[in-house]
Amino acid sequence: MSTPSPKGHLTRDEVAHLAHLSRLAVSEEELDLFAGQLAAVLDAVAEVGKADVADVAPTTHAVPMTNVMRPDVARPSLPRDVVLAGAPFAEDDRFRVPRILGEEA
Amino acid sequence: MSTDTLVDLDEVLTRYEPVIGLETHVELGTESKMFCGCSTTFGAEPNTQTCPVCLGLPGSLPAANAAAIESTIRIGLALGCRIATWSRFARKNYFYPDIPKGFQTSQYDEPLCTAGHLDVEVDGETYRVEIERVHLEEDTGKNLHVGGSTGRIHGADHSLVDYNRAGIPLVEIVTCPIPGTGAKAPEVARAYVTELREILLALGVSEVRMEQGNLRCDVNTSLAPVGSLDWGTRTETKNVNSLRSVERAVRFEMRRQAAVLDAGERVVQETRHFHEDTGSTSAGRSKEEATDYRYFPEPDLVPIAPDEEGVEKLRAGLPELPAARRGRLSQEWGISATEMAWLVNAGAVELVSDTVAAGASPTDARKWWLGELARRANDAGTDLGELAVTPAQVAELIGLVSAGTINDQLARQALDGVLAGEGDPAAVVESRGLAVMGESDELVAAVEAAIEGNPDVAEKVRGGKVQAIGALVGAVMKTTRGKADAATVKRMLEERLIDS
Repeated sequence: MSTPSPKGHLTRDEVAHLAHLSRLAVSEEELDLFAGQLAAVLDAVAEVGKADVADVAPTTHAVPMTNVMRPDVARPSLPRDVVLAGAPFAEDDRFRVPRILGEEA
Repeated sequence: MSTDTLVDLDEVLTRYEPVIGLETHVELGTESKMFCGCSTTFGAEPNTQTCPVCLGLPGSLPAANAAAIESTIRIGLALGCRIATWSRFARKNYFYPDIPKGFQTSQYDEPLCTAGHLDVEVDGETYRVEIERVHLEEDTGKNLHVGGSTGRIHGADHSLVDYNRAGIPLVEIVTCPIPGTGAKAPEVARAYVTELREILLALGVSEVRMEQGNLRCDVNTSLAPVGSLDWGTRTETKNVNSLRSVERAVRFEMRRQAAVLDAGERVVQETRHFHEDTGSTSAGRSKEEATDYRYFPEPDLVPIAPDEEGVEKLRAGLPELPAARRGRLSQEWGISATEMAWLVNAGAVELVSDTVAAGASPTDARKWWLGELARRANDAGTDLGELAVTPAQVAELIGLVSAGTINDQLARQALDGVLAGEGDPAAVVESRGLAVMGESDELVAAVEAAIEGNPDVAEKVRGGKVQAIGALVGAVMKTTRGKADAATVKRMLEERLIDS
């Protein structure tokens, strides 16, 4: 990963790297556009950092609960035709996807 | 397949020190998946065990499987780990068709278990393997790669994905780097996975069938010049799926990396694929950095906070662990630690134990598993436990020999039949006509024919040269194609030549 930029800045390289990880095709012009826009988002989020939280206990989760579990019991799954109905392409009862470049057969 | 230059292992060790590390993935044997109620049955029709949760459909919410969490804690306890009092799931984000959600629900900086160890023995020497962590995650779907080379129209390569496996609870057990194993590095790697597998079996948390992918290893290997303070650059060989392959993968990487370093080049930190057929590895995709996975706490699952009382209850309920069990069995079977180590290295302790439980004597059970059966496994290039014969069948075979129904040679033929899927030993003996001949008319005829056919020898025996009888016994064994019992034949010959 490219070197993180100083606060409030986001380099084109970082945006390009994130776009690659997210498998998004981003054009050269868009890299500049998004670098600026995302930097503004980061600045807005950074505002939160200014709050005085010295006396506030850290929130580790949105709901104050632990150990919510379900018993190990099998239940019926979806019918396969329903499952595959949402697939852009299906073949031999499986989801058909483009081959990933660089992956072994 | 591979064009890599390799250095002889003995030579590697004159210049380099290996450091190994293992990441082992174990599919738990739960009824249902990690975060949903879909069945985990192996071998079901493709995509018949999926639901909105494991397919990652919008609006679905996961709920953690209590049995999977309990099993993970038990594994941690058996490995002497510290059990976290606060643990969370995290999202590991990456795009790959076998994860339908766009992320794998895993654990990152708050795993369930940390800081354990496992002692393994190789050639009488004990090596302590430090365990860094044991965490819980979910398995991925299965890709089937088709097209192009298989001659499909358009020739476009593509993959077909089955999500039945996606979401099955998967425990990852990560060792710390293991230095100081030297020439024994390949054997230590194998011994570690063997011992871990034994523990998992004893705990009953997984079927641990390597051929079904219940247990998969990633093997890290690096070399550093002898005396160097730094460890070298490591490679990670993925999906090494048998005990034998673990050993071979380490050995191959040591030999390959030594050649790279000898040539003055640098080992590339990369993922490599292991090839069962050649025992070699080849470069895979370059590894994404941990930061590229953008881990963050899973917002849809609340933290797991195992309470001390519950953990202590699980600890008290642990079964006898393999190391203790081996100590006890050595005593019961009257064998030395070294003899027990042979059984362990052959992966035969449970097999022998089960064979003894099925009625065989410990001596016979050991003889068969370490002798004939080990030979068969070696010839077939598989692990002992993968042979198509059960301990009960081996015990039956031993019983047939003890009862005198068959001799050792016939027993080997009966084993051929069992391995070929012809049924249990008694049935094979019956269908192949392998039983030792009693004092039947056929045997009497063969004995008399041998005497008539070898008058000179018979005369010698009659004249007192008793040891000459061996030639006659041999003749009878030949006519009966080994089906006669040599002792019976000898007695019958003596009755006719000496007592007359």
